[in-house]
Amino acid sequence: MPLLEVENLTVTLATNRGPGDAVRNVAFALDRGETLGLVGESGCGKSITALALMSLLPERARIAGSIRLDGRELTTLGEDQLCGLRGDRMAMIFQEPMTSLNPVQTIGRQVAEPLILHKGMTRAAARERALDLLDRVGLPNPAARLDQFPHQLSGGQRQRVMIAMALACDPDLLIADEPTTALDVTIQGQILDLILDLVEERGMALLLISHDLGVIAETTQRMMVMYGGSVVEAGPTAEVFARMAHPYTRGLFAARPKLGPATETPLATIAGVVPELADLPPGCPFANRCPLMIPPCNDGLPPPLPMGPDHISRCIRARELVASA
Amino acid sequence: MSAALVEAERLRKVYALPRERLTAPAPQVVAVDGVSFTLQAGRSLAVVGESGSGKSTLARLVMALEPPTAGRILQSGRDLAALSPGELRRARADFQMVFQDPYGSLDPRRTVGWTIAEPLSALTDAGRAEQRERVAEMLAQVGLRAADAEKYPHEFSGGQRQRIAIARALITRPKLIVADEPVSALDVSVQAQVLNLMRELEARFGVTYLLISHDLAVVNYVAAEIAVMYRGRIVEQAPTRALFDRPAHPYTRALLEAVPKPEPGRTRRRRARAEPAGEIGTGCSFAPRCPFAIDRCRVEAPSLRKLETGHAAACHRAEEVIAG
Amino acid sequence: MTVAATPSAAPGFAARALRHPSFVAGAVLTGLIVLMALVSYVWTPHPPLEMTVSQRLKPPSEAWWLGTDAFGRDVASLIMAGARNSILVGVVAVGIGMTAGVAFGLYASAKRGWTEEIVMRLSDFVFAFPAILSAVMLTALAGAGTANSIIAIGIFNVPVFARITRAAANSVWAREFVLAARAAGKGGFRITVEHVLPNIVSILVVQATIQFAIAILAEAALSYLGLGTRPPDPSWGRMLNEAQAHIFRSPTLAVFPGIAIALSVLGLNLLGDGLRDLIDPRLARKR
Repeated sequence: MPLLEVENLTVTLATNRGPGDAVRNVAFALDRGETLGLVGESGCGKSITALALMSLLPERARIAGSIRLDGRELTTLGEDQLCGLRGDRMAMIFQEPMTSLNPVQTIGRQVAEPLILHKGMTRAAARERALDLLDRVGLPNPAARLDQFPHQLSGGQRQRVMIAMALACDPDLLIADEPTTALDVTIQGQILDLILDLVEERGMALLLISHDLGVIAETTQRMMVMYGGSVVEAGPTAEVFARMAHPYTRGLFAARPKLGPATETPLATIAGVVPELADLPPGCPFANRCPLMIPPCNDGLPPPLPMGPDHISRCIRARELVASA
Repeated sequence: MSAALVEAERLRKVYALPRERLTAPAPQVVAVDGVSFTLQAGRSLAVVGESGSGKSTLARLVMALEPPTAGRILQSGRDLAALSPGELRRARADFQMVFQDPYGSLDPRRTVGWTIAEPLSALTDAGRAEQRERVAEMLAQVGLRAADAEKYPHEFSGGQRQRIAIARALITRPKLIVADEPVSALDVSVQAQVLNLMRELEARFGVTYLLISHDLAVVNYVAAEIAVMYRGRIVEQAPTRALFDRPAHPYTRALLEAVPKPEPGRTRRRRARAEPAGEIGTGCSFAPRCPFAIDRCRVEAPSLRKLETGHAAACHRAEEVIAG
Repeated sequence: MTVAATPSAAPGFAARALRHPSFVAGAVLTGLIVLMALVSYVWTPHPPLEMTVSQRLKPPSEAWWLGTDAFGRDVASLIMAGARNSILVGVVAVGIGMTAGVAFGLYASAKRGWTEEIVMRLSDFVFAFPAILSAVMLTALAGAGTANSIIAIGIFNVPVFARITRAAANSVWAREFVLAARAAGKGGFRITVEHVLPNIVSILVVQATIQFAIAILAEAALSYLGLGTRPPDPSWGRMLNEAQAHIFRSPTLAVFPGIAIALSVLGLNLLGDGLRDLIDPRLARKR
């Protein structure tokens, strides 16, 4: 039995323009030691998926489907039981380490808090353990940092503290939502290295959310591409990059500014904008921006088409697309 | 002899932080530390660096939004600091700015047309009708409809808002547009649209960009030349191609290597590294992170020097870095 | 993922307002008081100043809805006419305080540095005196009367508005669109008028409703002390004062003006709270 099993997850949010499905029929499984990437643009539902896994959705969100952690259904659990799981069995790292840390508490106290809360450690023991954790995440001079406040640290150092907090109770599942987006490339590399090392060392499952195809390519074993709330392509990362069986994946890849001497040709673009949740078409969410659109695309959400071992694409023309390239 | 579009001479900007103790002097941060560069018309320059490297401060200094602590900025040979406030305001018709956050940089209570016309109404005595006409023309140039002038910013997506910001910057037909992270808040597919637009407008209006970015991949679509900043200083400046082909500073090299590349089957080359403690004495500020560092680097700060290859680099071992 | 914040001007403001209980309650109460004041100009059950000596201190009845006072005046009519006085004092005093305070606040925020320090320390100085105490001092010096009490309450309002304006304006000045306006070549005055003020108006409106309530209370207190509105002009505060002498024989005499003051203050506060929630939904959720 896999550690995390998500089936038919649908999250409906109240927006200014009426209810909209931020996540539609998402299903995946994730086991210990596995790394899964979730890639997409803002508004595609990737962060809402993560919040749904943590049961941290906004109050007015409605959730349907099933999320099981070690066989235990999470969607029906009460807040008290969820509090026992969050931070203990599953932990999350957020994008902005400045706003996710409490500015008026010392680093040491914030890292020690989950230990006192979940493991019933004494204050002294928790502080001792916090020191070990800060040392493990590579924070320079950890003993001195224990009594410092978040503003005294750099962005990369704060993200290391966030990671230490997330790791405090040895969670089984680590969700990292754009953990390096606010950081610089050189620091980004270090943080991703650290996360991968820790996942390996502790046999955690990692769900890494990013808008950056490069980060996903270098960090994850399997990946899912989300658009308009649905997973439009999923599979082993290498297979997805090798085939790119969905026009959106291709568009995203082509639009990415590439390193190297400038070329005279303009960057490829994806026409149009990400649709608003409340206006999602009944058919393929990408249809109105898609160069391959044909009338049947609007007939309903395309079914997942097998493209290879464990590789699916929700595009009715996926086979042609792969064959043409 | 025509003067360069922008000449920055030994710019320095120091900010005072709030005092930690009443008796101690207020701590200071040197955001920009002796930066000099020349920007020629038609050769857009990108300034690249990590957050806190002083690149945004540099943009504000060039825009004369803040006075430098030391050094001076000449625009087309004119010293901005020597102008009276009125003259400086009028001079702004020649240099305009695009900001990073397309949500924060447009007043939510003003229509798009009003916002785009803002530099005109501030700097010229163009009448209503002329303003409307110019706004419509600008909207068309950035790929929006004339009717959009009546709408409010919240009716637009991030990419469209950035187009509006670009239209505002272009309306006075400036010679220089300082763009501070113009696409970093945008989604990948939209980034490409805005970058292409910037390139088109460069050709069509003969505008030159000073582009500020943390992302090397973004700037090579717009910039003819790149300056890399690290901790308030320019550590390398070179024509775009030369910089990508043969970086002359170890930091540039680290930047290029660190960019994740979406290629199948590529996995991270993991380096077990802790973040450096960051205390720099008199030496090179990059030395604690530098694989090329030698003893000399820790005591003597290198200054920016011209290399035979057309690079300028602030590194004692630049020749070896280029070679290897 | 973020859902873009909608500014207050977005459609649906009216619809949201109607669903907001405290806004509706506040608007209804405030509306009733204003209506009462307006109606009193053309009609009251009895002429408010008419004394019917034979009918002194009557309990509420069909002829005298809320009874009569010690001079045989109709309490209901006096309360209706007294609303005019309360509203007049509120509007003018808040108007004075708001005009001067907002001007000081905007000026301080635009200039920063020493100017800001001086303006704000001056306003702290005025603020340091309790409102009623300074009003008492002023009216004691300049003489009692509606005009003087209005000025006294108005002066007390100046630092309140100066502070809130400066704080709100500073946060607008820190926004990127102001920097963009500077980069576009706009000067401090035009930025203040065209960008800063429109973006803080909603905060000022909310504060004005709350200050209005405070002004009504202050006027009542001053009149009660005999320092406010002078006889024979009807005033809720003075009605309370006059009721004092007959509190045991005719307790309703104190109750009705008391209720009028309480309801108008409650109404304005509810209205202010409701407006705050409606104008800035994000603030409402945080509370």
